[in-house]
Amino acid sequence: MKLIAASILLLAAPVFAQGTGPTPELANRQLPDPAQEATATKLMHGLRCIQCQGQSIADSDAPMAATMRAEVRQQISAGQAPEAIRQWMIERYGEWVSFEPEMKGAGLILWAMPLLVLLIAFWLARGLFRRRT
Amino acid sequence: MNRSMLLWIPLAVVAFIGGWFIYGLAVPKDDMLHSAMVGKVLPVFTLPPATAGIEGLSNLNMADGKPRLLNIFASWCIPCKAEAPQLEALKEAGVEIDAIAIRDKPEDVAAFLQEFGNPFRRIGSDSEMAVQLKLGSSGVPETYVIGGDGTILYQHIGDIRAEHVPMLLDKLRSAQ
Repeated sequence: MKLIAASILLLAAPVFAQGTGPTPELANRQLPDPAQEATATKLMHGLRCIQCQGQSIADSDAPMAATMRAEVRQQISAGQAPEAIRQWMIERYGEWVSFEPEMKGAGLILWAMPLLVLLIAFWLARGLFRRRT
Repeated sequence: MNRSMLLWIPLAVVAFIGGWFIYGLAVPKDDMLHSAMVGKVLPVFTLPPATAGIEGLSNLNMADGKPRLLNIFASWCIPCKAEAPQLEALKEAGVEIDAIAIRDKPEDVAAFLQEFGNPFRRIGSDSEMAVQLKLGSSGVPETYVIGGDGTILYQHIGDIRAEHVPMLLDKLRSAQ
């Protein structure tokens, strides 16, 4: 019984569920150029980790996030524009990978909604003020 | 519009949101992150062998005119063990299967193949998950149907169950 319990415990250990492999060099090492590093960090905060899903790759410690950070730093140091790298990620994982929805399709509703609500509010307020005078 | 009509607007909004909630609860949620690479050509990569005695894998190895499967697995992944009999069945049906081992050690891969059999022609070692990222793959196991020209035709997420085998064979046949 104890043996069974122990083996179930072993199965439950999440640490084993990631395997072992080297962490890519650029995952946790800053770029020598501070300006490039700043650009890379900004982009990393705007990309979603594939593995842990709710976190940005800058905040996540998952192996996949490390790989994604290394990819971002490597492309930035190669002179790639941040938006191009975001597109590169979107080409592989779809819109979902970006924390900044694009201004088209369903994303457009998201962007236009505050403006729409404001316009409706103005329209309602206008009616109220008119009645007062 | 008169005032009494306006009063209905909040109710309509609440009813709409409520309806949306019911829809969200009724429709099963798809939590899987599908690769956006389906329909595109395999990315360029070259991976070293994952274990002794079996060759590594490059994208060019999979563009030899014959449709095949590309299995993303790892020796530490439990569903990968569960799908081993299905991969074996696919191999016996004449399917060529290449594989990429994720964050794995040569001795672990060897032990895994020893225990569960080796249905693979080639196994590349992706220790840093760099190729997995290029493929738009988000976990293990995943299985891709690759066309003879190296185009990604289909992505199966999760372990292959017995009921998925005919479906995969069908996709390979229509890729011919």
